[in-house]
Amino acid sequence: VSTAPSNPEREELLFGVQTNAELSDQLLSTTWRSRSRTFGLLVIVTGSGTLVLSILIGYTLLTGIGVWGTTIPVAWAFDIINFVWWIGIGHAGAFISAFLFLLEQKWRTSIHRLAEAMTLSAVVQAAMVFVLHLGRPWFAYWLVPYPATMRTWPNFKSAMPWDVAATLAYGTISFAFWYLGLIPDLASVRDRAPTRIRRIIYGIFAFGWRGSAEHFRHYRIAYGLLAGLAASLAVFVHSIVSSHFATTLVPGWHSTIFPPYFVAGSLFSGFAMILTLVIPVRSIFGMQNVITKRHLENLARLTLVCSWVVLYSYVIEFFVAWYSAERYDRYIHFDALLKGHSSWVFGMALTCNCLAPQLLWWRRVRRQPVLLWLISVVVNIGVWSEHYSIIVLALQQAFLPSSWGEYHPKWVDWGILFGTVSFFLFLFLLFLRIVPFIPLAALKEVRERH
Amino acid sequence: MMCQHCETAPCEYVCPVNATVHSPDGLNEMVYNRCVGTRSCSNNCPYKVHRFNWFKWQTREPINRGLVELQRNPEVTVRDRGVMEKCTYCVQRIRNAEIEAELERRALRSGEVKTACQQTCPTGAIAFGSLRHHETEMVRRRSEPRAYQVLHDQGTRPRTVYMARLRNPNPELSSVDFATLRAPGEPGWVQEEGP
Repeated sequence: VSTAPSNPEREELLFGVQTNAELSDQLLSTTWRSRSRTFGLLVIVTGSGTLVLSILIGYTLLTGIGVWGTTIPVAWAFDIINFVWWIGIGHAGAFISAFLFLLEQKWRTSIHRLAEAMTLSAVVQAAMVFVLHLGRPWFAYWLVPYPATMRTWPNFKSAMPWDVAATLAYGTISFAFWYLGLIPDLASVRDRAPTRIRRIIYGIFAFGWRGSAEHFRHYRIAYGLLAGLAASLAVFVHSIVSSHFATTLVPGWHSTIFPPYFVAGSLFSGFAMILTLVIPVRSIFGMQNVITKRHLENLARLTLVCSWVVLYSYVIEFFVAWYSAERYDRYIHFDALLKGHSSWVFGMALTCNCLAPQLLWWRRVRRQPVLLWLISVVVNIGVWSEHYSIIVLALQQAFLPSSWGEYHPKWVDWGILFGTVSFFLFLFLLFLRIVPFIPLAALKEVRERH
Repeated sequence: MMCQHCETAPCEYVCPVNATVHSPDGLNEMVYNRCVGTRSCSNNCPYKVHRFNWFKWQTREPINRGLVELQRNPEVTVRDRGVMEKCTYCVQRIRNAEIEAELERRALRSGEVKTACQQTCPTGAIAFGSLRHHETEMVRRRSEPRAYQVLHDQGTRPRTVYMARLRNPNPELSSVDFATLRAPGEPGWVQEEGP
């Protein structure tokens, strides 16, 4: 057990006091016990949201993306905002599973699989809205370098083919990492599940894992290697996403701070999203013994750190715009963002990303799950508003006043946004239902080593 | 505003599928059939010259009650739904003239290509031609001091050149106070109300 009883600060246990058998029963039985009514209701709500999303996607594909509010000069709006937001949310998953693993942070053990599942669900949304944003989504494969008959290649000077490669690599590595970590626990379900059919199905997916020392040796090597790959991707992917903007000459986008700024912003939204998911999961499934307030507190601290990096980036953005004395850049920052059409969205981003997280300085707030959950939702909204400000507010009033315009989202835009949120939650609920979502083998291992 | 056909075009390097490229004679070309509709080109165009086909505009029936003269130009490529388009400097007219000249085994003569906008402009405000035809009025005007490129400070090197409006700063002849004139975005600039 991890604590020194003399220190009241550390009195709270990280991973519970049950015996190994009790822990196994508690953590594995989520895959076969019947669900609570709350869970069923959530599945129905998010499932209907997913249905609405598929109808709206069908409508868009059949009619054309003109059904959205997007028009010239604002040629990117909800589509790319949602893409950047979703791919950003995925980043905290890689950070928690890979970075914290390489740094030997033991507290990550209870929540890393939840974070990875969040990453996978988020990458699915990101990939989907990215393909949908194209005018001709059926030719999305032209962004991939493949030996075409006409010897055409994607334009490697553009950020987009790199982005496609990064997103695909990210999805693949995240999936491999998640699945590799799952194998010992799938084998545990195979051994303990009450029905034969479950034992057979989980047995197939456990790939014949027997838990021998040899198995664990190979498993650790593979896990460490994938952690290294995933850790680098957590930094690369959003840097590439940011180069969609940083490599252009659009005032407000043309900025060298974008890669670190975007990575910090993505981790920010990712930590907030993990809190948004973990807090209800822990109370619905009664997992307070393994996901303790110390886990919540650590996540809250990381959120606070990211909030300050984001705030710093805002300050530098405005400072550079002023210091460069570049007319268009100054106009975007000091007029369009502060006084332009729908500039209140930027005000919302500032409030949600910079002001609200300051509550996390108080230990009591960090350990108060309901308040923490509300702050995490506010941060998610804030990061989305930030992307809105960067993309829409800059495009509305770029260079020539004769080509300025206003952006007004339509109901299809809102529908697709909430549809992806539903689909994301639906996939996450499926994950909670199907696999043991707290890594049992790793948890026991960390407990033993203490 | 129409496409400025920049020499260092910002739209070209952001297109992920090479759908907007440079031609050997300096045109900024759009390959409609290659476009997948990311709209990156429009975002990166400081002049915002691109127009996007948000819906499908082709029809199976002839338009304008079937009047042959009022059908869509058969020499212009059909643009599908989800494809970006913009001014081409009437590339179909340029290529037609080039083919004709080649058949007659001679070089293109000045004034042989007239763009549609040039042809229809009643005041003759638009001139078009090759920069190699030094004898033309168009080439001479480009070196006048009042010739300017829009947003030249962005380094796009546009081919289209505008002539600044001539104003007489004599206060007895003009009501404009030039000392207080400000460019858009400059401190002290006030956006004028439309009529």
